[in-house]
Amino acid sequence: MSAALDPIRTRRPQGDLALVVSLFAVILLIGGAAGVGYLVLSGSLDGRWYDFRDLGVGMAHLAEWLDEQNASQPAATRALLGDHWMSYLTTAVIGGIGILSFVGGVLLILIWVERRLIARIQVRRGPNRLGPYGLLQPLADAIKLIQKEVLIPEGADRFLFFLPPILVFIPGLLVWGPVPWAPNMAYLDLNVGVLYLIAISSLATVAIFIAGWSSNNHYALLGAMRTVAMMISYEIPLGMALISVVLLAGSMQLSEIVRWQAQHYAWMAFLIPFSLFTFFFSSTAELNRTPNDIAEAESEIVAGFHTEYSGMKFGLFYAVELGNAVAVAAFVTAFFLGGWSLFGLEAFIPGYIIFATKVAAGYFVLVWLRGTLPRFRLDQLMAFAWKYLIPITIAHTTLVAAEVTAMGALALPGIVELGTVALVNIAFTVWVMRRWARFLGYRPETERVMQPKLTTQVGGLHAAERMRGAS
Amino acid sequence: MTTASEPYVLNIGPQHPSTHGVFRLRVVMDGERIQDIDMVVGYLHRSMEKLAEERTFTQNIPFTDRTDYLAAMSNNLGYCLAVERLAGVEVPERASFLRVIFAELQRLASHSMANGTFINDAGAWQTPLMYMFREREKILDLFEMTCGARLTTNYMRIGGVSFDPPPEFYPAVEALVAELPDRIAEYTELLVDNEILIARARGVGIISAADAINGSITGPMLRASGVPWDLRKADPYCAYDKFDFEIPVGHNGDCYDRFMVRLEEMRQSVRIIRQALDGLPSGPHKTEIPLALRPAPGEAYARVEGPRGELGFYVVSDGGPAPARFHIRAPSLINLSLLRQMAVGTSLPDAIVALGSTDIVVGEIDR
Repeated sequence: MSAALDPIRTRRPQGDLALVVSLFAVILLIGGAAGVGYLVLSGSLDGRWYDFRDLGVGMAHLAEWLDEQNASQPAATRALLGDHWMSYLTTAVIGGIGILSFVGGVLLILIWVERRLIARIQVRRGPNRLGPYGLLQPLADAIKLIQKEVLIPEGADRFLFFLPPILVFIPGLLVWGPVPWAPNMAYLDLNVGVLYLIAISSLATVAIFIAGWSSNNHYALLGAMRTVAMMISYEIPLGMALISVVLLAGSMQLSEIVRWQAQHYAWMAFLIPFSLFTFFFSSTAELNRTPNDIAEAESEIVAGFHTEYSGMKFGLFYAVELGNAVAVAAFVTAFFLGGWSLFGLEAFIPGYIIFATKVAAGYFVLVWLRGTLPRFRLDQLMAFAWKYLIPITIAHTTLVAAEVTAMGALALPGIVELGTVALVNIAFTVWVMRRWARFLGYRPETERVMQPKLTTQVGGLHAAERMRGAS
Repeated sequence: MTTASEPYVLNIGPQHPSTHGVFRLRVVMDGERIQDIDMVVGYLHRSMEKLAEERTFTQNIPFTDRTDYLAAMSNNLGYCLAVERLAGVEVPERASFLRVIFAELQRLASHSMANGTFINDAGAWQTPLMYMFREREKILDLFEMTCGARLTTNYMRIGGVSFDPPPEFYPAVEALVAELPDRIAEYTELLVDNEILIARARGVGIISAADAINGSITGPMLRASGVPWDLRKADPYCAYDKFDFEIPVGHNGDCYDRFMVRLEEMRQSVRIIRQALDGLPSGPHKTEIPLALRPAPGEAYARVEGPRGELGFYVVSDGGPAPARFHIRAPSLINLSLLRQMAVGTSLPDAIVALGSTDIVVGEIDR
């Protein structure tokens, strides 16, 4: 086919308008950056409520002002509703709207981003017809999904079938609560944030199991069983990985964990890389993403637990899955990649931008894995969790606990302490992984790639036996 | 109280991402373990063999495109060889060489598809398939350049080939042949040493050499089981005895070996195409035959090494312009017959990988 006729290889000519618009955009961006730089460096912003480097500051000022208004209310009202009801209500509503719009907007963009990235990996172009660079594609998909009929299969439990898309969406939003975007910018800065996260993230399992059970479909049921088996197996290494983080940071509060990393100029990824790996791998298992997407393994059980869902109900499952992938990237950022800190640069760049950049990087790795790797088998994945990850994470957590105790007793300078910890952890992990794999019977030298033998002589069974004997 | 589990029936197909067409598996499962497997075929039956009795020998060539639609050239070739044997038609040497070139290009395209979908069945998200499609696309472009069609080529004729390739064909095929070893090295880098793929495919779906021969398995599956058997060497047709190439033979007969054998066959195909291009003789590209060919009463069987195995065509003539009886030995159908042995006792993912490694084309199974 000639290039001119080929719909994939032709690019629509970009008009002059696009050039003008992009020129203006560049000029605006440069001008804006210069203005922002001047404002930040002159220090005239510091402490004002509209300091955009930390949107939490503005909210704090707003809350203070509302509390003052509250104090001027009649005593009877205050006795009934408390001293802070106005600020509580207002900040809750604003934060909730903020999170909802962030998650919604990010999902709309990320569907496009994921499809384009996968397309790049697969030497395709990806969505490029609808709007500039195909950016409107997710919107069109959403409209299409809303328009479509929602089928309820015969024999399904109608009420239970109706429930899961909603049930799965709620934890998908709740996990965004404790994310520390900037030093003072967290919607729900719980002092038991880690616990909250583990609790919330396992709620979705119930919804998925209900979905699989109520569909009255064998594929859905198989997918649900696989999900539950995986969730149970991978919650443990995931929790153990987070325990190491909590031990080092000395707090379960997410903002404190990030602050600890910022203060020590040491990301957890340097100190406990094995926990990062465990957390990331377990998360891919819980997220149903490659290489651990066995719960909705397309080539085996079609779509797993959401096989029977159609229309926007399927859309909700899909959106939650994407949203959870971003949430995992956000938690990897907060726990292991230093959150909003960037070795002092956070004084100039707004924390939430640094955070979002790191989230995007984490998300890119997830997409990259999806575009590259085949899938494990269910039993292999289970065996990996129970035989490898759990024993090694337990040993690793014990080591970290010992190190934390030693650090408290010795009180050496920070760089010496943390450098030693990092080196010891890396050396220990490598050693233990190798020893443990050997102990469990893994022999890499026998797993070598066996190239086919080449011959020019044809023959039957005897020739086959001869060739087998020769090798 | 005791809990008991009872087996249940899972219908895989006719519409399912990994059945490669409208093929259905009735699987009796206990949890994730497969207890029994039934293969249900016939959803794509078009009664090609009966239809062929109503059409002249030349009119039947387009039908053979539609049996194995991923290897139309090989099917054309097999049919034309059978009719030529029946009618005693001589084929010019240039036509034989062109047939070899196109059959080998078709093998490359078909093996790309087979390996790509196999990795897809093992769980990769389309990436290796898309890589292999990139090269398959170029091969299909070459087909289009030469005969105007990409998939259902209808290129071979009784007594030769329908068209001489146009002048722009030669630089394009030279460029492709120069490029392909690098591309195959790219797949090797991406897949061959992949720990996950080895874990999924090695030791899965093993067929021993004796079982493969007893089951009449042919093609890459037979070679993966360790039997050095290739019709291009064992019973050379066209000009295959003039070329220098080797047969890859597997070690264990598992899915990984089948994948590796197909990959190596792609390298060997590139070798053959290069030699055929270098030695391409000049001369006519076909022998003229009457439009309504009436071979003397008799029968003939011709077989070629198709991408999926021994592709045989059996033609009977009663002296009329149409075959009195026409039968295709479809390698997909016969290779599929051992799926039950490979799958029973394993789990569903293993069965899917085993099915993917047999490389079935439903158009050929049902005909």
